[in-house]
Amino acid sequence: MAPATPHPALRDPAWSGRLFWALTGAALLVPMLWATEFRPWILFEPASLRSSLRFIAEFFPPKGGREFLALIAYESWRTVAIATCGMALALLLAIPLTLAATAVLSVSALPGRMNALPFVLRQAVRWLLIVLRSVPELVWALVFVRVVGLGPTAGVLAIALTYSGMLGKVYAEVLESGENHATIALLRNGSGRLQAFFYGVLPTNAAELTSYTIYRWECAIRSSAVLGFVGAGGLGQQLITSLKMFNGAEVSTILLVFVVLVGVADWTSAKLRQVLA
Amino acid sequence: MLDLSSNPGLRIELAALAARHPAAASDAPAALKSLTLAVAAGEQVAVIGPSGAGKTTLLQAIACALRPAAGRLLLDGEDPWSLPVARLQHLRGRLFLAPQTPPLPPRQRTVTSLLAARLPRQSLWTSLRSLVYPLGIDEAHEALQRFDLAEKLWSRVDRLSGGERQRVGLARALVAPAGLWLIDEPLSALDPTRAAMAIDTLTGAARERGVTLLATLHQVDVAVARFPRIIGLREGKLAFDLPASEVTRDHLLRLYAQHEHELAGAPPPGTDDRPPPPMIVCR
Amino acid sequence: MSATAPRNPSGGKPYSLPPPLIHARCTACWIVLFILLLTTASFFSLNLQWGTFLSLDALRKMGRFAAELLSPSTDAEFLGRLAVAGAETLAMSALGTLLAAVAGLMLALPASRSHAGDQALARAPTRLVLNVLRSVPELAWAALLLIAAGLGPFAGTLALALHTTGVLGRLFAEAIENTPQGPAYALRVQGVPAGRVFLYATLPAVLPQVLSYSLYRWENNIRAAAVLGVVGAGGLGQMLAFHMGLFQMSETSSVLIAMLLLVVLVDLLSYVARRVLGR
Repeated sequence: MAPATPHPALRDPAWSGRLFWALTGAALLVPMLWATEFRPWILFEPASLRSSLRFIAEFFPPKGGREFLALIAYESWRTVAIATCGMALALLLAIPLTLAATAVLSVSALPGRMNALPFVLRQAVRWLLIVLRSVPELVWALVFVRVVGLGPTAGVLAIALTYSGMLGKVYAEVLESGENHATIALLRNGSGRLQAFFYGVLPTNAAELTSYTIYRWECAIRSSAVLGFVGAGGLGQQLITSLKMFNGAEVSTILLVFVVLVGVADWTSAKLRQVLA
Repeated sequence: MLDLSSNPGLRIELAALAARHPAAASDAPAALKSLTLAVAAGEQVAVIGPSGAGKTTLLQAIACALRPAAGRLLLDGEDPWSLPVARLQHLRGRLFLAPQTPPLPPRQRTVTSLLAARLPRQSLWTSLRSLVYPLGIDEAHEALQRFDLAEKLWSRVDRLSGGERQRVGLARALVAPAGLWLIDEPLSALDPTRAAMAIDTLTGAARERGVTLLATLHQVDVAVARFPRIIGLREGKLAFDLPASEVTRDHLLRLYAQHEHELAGAPPPGTDDRPPPPMIVCR
Repeated sequence: MSATAPRNPSGGKPYSLPPPLIHARCTACWIVLFILLLTTASFFSLNLQWGTFLSLDALRKMGRFAAELLSPSTDAEFLGRLAVAGAETLAMSALGTLLAAVAGLMLALPASRSHAGDQALARAPTRLVLNVLRSVPELAWAALLLIAAGLGPFAGTLALALHTTGVLGRLFAEAIENTPQGPAYALRVQGVPAGRVFLYATLPAVLPQVLSYSLYRWENNIRAAAVLGVVGAGGLGQMLAFHMGLFQMSETSSVLIAMLLLVVLVDLLSYVARRVLGR
C-alpha cells in the first residue's frame, strides 16, 4: 500500500546503528570463542562424560561419619577465623590509610584549594590503596605461602593486605561523599584533625562504614575458603585434597557445608547491618 | 490501512455487578455496588463522578481485569468468567483498556510502545521480529498523525512531555484490534485545545470503526458536549444514566455534592479513586 | 535556692535516675561484644606463625622476592607468551560474563514474581539454584569442571559463567520485581501471553540495570579470571603459578604487571560502556 504522500522518515533510523553493533559484536565473539577453546561438545564426549557422571554419582550420598564431619566443622571454623583475623588486621591498616587519604580532614583545604604537598601525599596514599586492592589475594597468598609456609598465616596476611586496600578506598569515598559540615566546622574552629575525626567524621559516617565493613567480612569468608586452594588452610585446602583423590562423596559434603556457611554468613551480615546501621 | 470491519463493537451488559478494588482486602467495602447497565455495540458513553466513585474499578471490571464480587458481566451476550482460560485470553484481545497513567516503558521508543497494542493478534514470530525492526510503521505513523504527534514516532518515551505521553496512550487504541475501548481519564494532562482535538479524534475514530467507547472523564463540560450518553457514578452506585441533552446542572450538583471543586473540570490532585480528604467547613 | 522556695530534695528539678552505663537490652552493645569475642577467639585458635613471619629468614626471603619483583623480565619470547595468555584471560572473562548475563536473564524470569497476583511456583526452587551457583566460588567451580572439560581456559570460562549466573540472576530478578507495573499491566489486560509481556514491557525498563550490572561484574570477573589459571584453567594464572613454583620472580613480576594492566583496561572499558549506554 503506497501512502498518498511519500514519508521518507518511515524507515527505522536506529536500524543501521543496531545492525552495525550487532555485526561488530558477532565479529568479536568469534575470536573470543577461539581464544577460550570453547568447545562445549567435549563435555559430552564418552570418556569425559563417563568420568564426570561417575564423579557426580559419588556426590550422593555426601560423606558423613563423625570423624570426617568433625574435621569439616573444624576447618569451617578455621575458615571463619582466618577471615575474621584478616579483617581485623585489614581494619588496623585501613584506618590510618583512610585518614591519610581523605580530603575531609584537610586543614589546608579549608580556605579553598589544598596545598601542593598535602595533595601529593594524599594521592600517594590513594595509589597505595589502589595497588593493595588490585593485586588478587590469591597472589599474595602464593607469595606468603613460600615465605611462612603452608597454613593460615599466609591466608590471614593475604586477606589483610587486599582488604585493607578495599576498605581504605571505600572508606575514603564514603567520608568524602558524606556530610562534612560538622567536621569542617570543628576544623575551622581550630580543633585537631584526630579530634575532628572522632567528634565529626565518625559519628556522621559510622553507620555506612559499619555496614560496608560487615559486608566485606562476609566476602572475606568466601575469599578465605578460596585461599585454601593454594595451601592457606580452611575448607578450600580440604576441598583440593579431596578433589585430587577424586573422592566425590567428600567433595559433595564440603560443597554443601560451604554453601551453608556462605548462607549463614550472608544472613548474619544482613542482620548485623540491620541492627547496627 | 487497518481493516475497519474486523473490529465490530462489543455489546456490554452489567447485571447487579459488584466489584472490589484489586488491592482491597476481601472484607473491605466494594468499590462498585450492584451496578446494572447496558451499552449497545458502537455506542459512546462518558462516565463521570467524583473521586472514589468507582469509575476506574468499573473500567477494570469490564476489561476482565478483575473478577466481579457479585452479579454478572456479559460481553456480546457471554459471561467471560465462565469461559475457558484460552478463550478468555482471546476475548481480552478484543478489549482495549487505557489506564490513567500511560503504560509506556520509559526507555522504549514511541513506535514500539504504540505497536505493542497489536500484540494480542500477532503470532510469536511476528512479535519477536517486530522488536528487531518494527512492523506496521505506517499504521503507527498514521495513528500518531491523528493526534498531531507524527514527528515523535522515533523518539524515546521518556523524552516526551506528560501530555504527549497521554496522547500516545490514546493513539494505541487506534492500532489495537479491539471492538471495545475503555479509556480512563484521557484528558488529565492536556490543555483545553489539545483536549478538544484528542477527544474529537477518539470519538471520530470510534464512530468510523463502529467500536464501543466507554470513557471516564473529570472534564464534565467536555463529556456533556462530546458524548451522546452520560453515566453518573457516585460511591459505587449508578446516580443517573441519561442522554447528554437531558443532563442538567442540578444532576451534576447532586452528583458532585461535597466534591464541588472537582466539578470545575479540573481533575483532583492524585488522580486515582481514593476517598477525598475530609473538608473542614467553618460555620 | 531561696529559703522561700518549696523544700524539695532534688532541688526543684524532676527526680530521675541517670541512664544505666551498660543497658542490658542494648542490642548493639551485645553485638559489639560478640564481634570482639569472635575476633579474639579467631586469633587464639589459629596459632598464627608470627614468629616465622617476622623471623630473619622470612624477612630475607621477602627482601629477595621484592628485589626480583622490581626487575620484571622483558624477554621478547616470554612477552609474546604473556600477550597470548593475557588475551586468553580477557576472552575468558568477557565470554564468561556474556554467557552469565544471558543465562541469568533467562533464570531471572522464573525467579521473580511478575505481578502481585502471580503465583510464581518456580520462584523458590529457581532462587535456590541461583544461590547454590553463587555460593560456590569461581575457583571451586573451575577445579570441579577440570574433570569434565579438561585443563585449559574452557573450564575457566564455564566456571566464571556458572558463578556469575548465580550473582546476576538474583540481581536481575530483584530488578524485575522492582519495575513499575503499569506497562506490563496494560498488556496483560489485553490478553498478551506472559513472555511477550516481558519482552515488550518489562525488559525495556530493566535493560539499563541488566547492562550496568553485567559490565560491573565483568570488572570483577577479569580479576577472577586472572587467578583461575592457578588450578589449571589457563590464562595468566597458569603462567603465574608456573613461574612462582620455580621461584622465577622476575617473570612472576611481569605476569603480575600484565594482570594489573588487564584489570585497569577492563575497568576503563566497563566505565566507558556504562556511561555510553546510560545516556
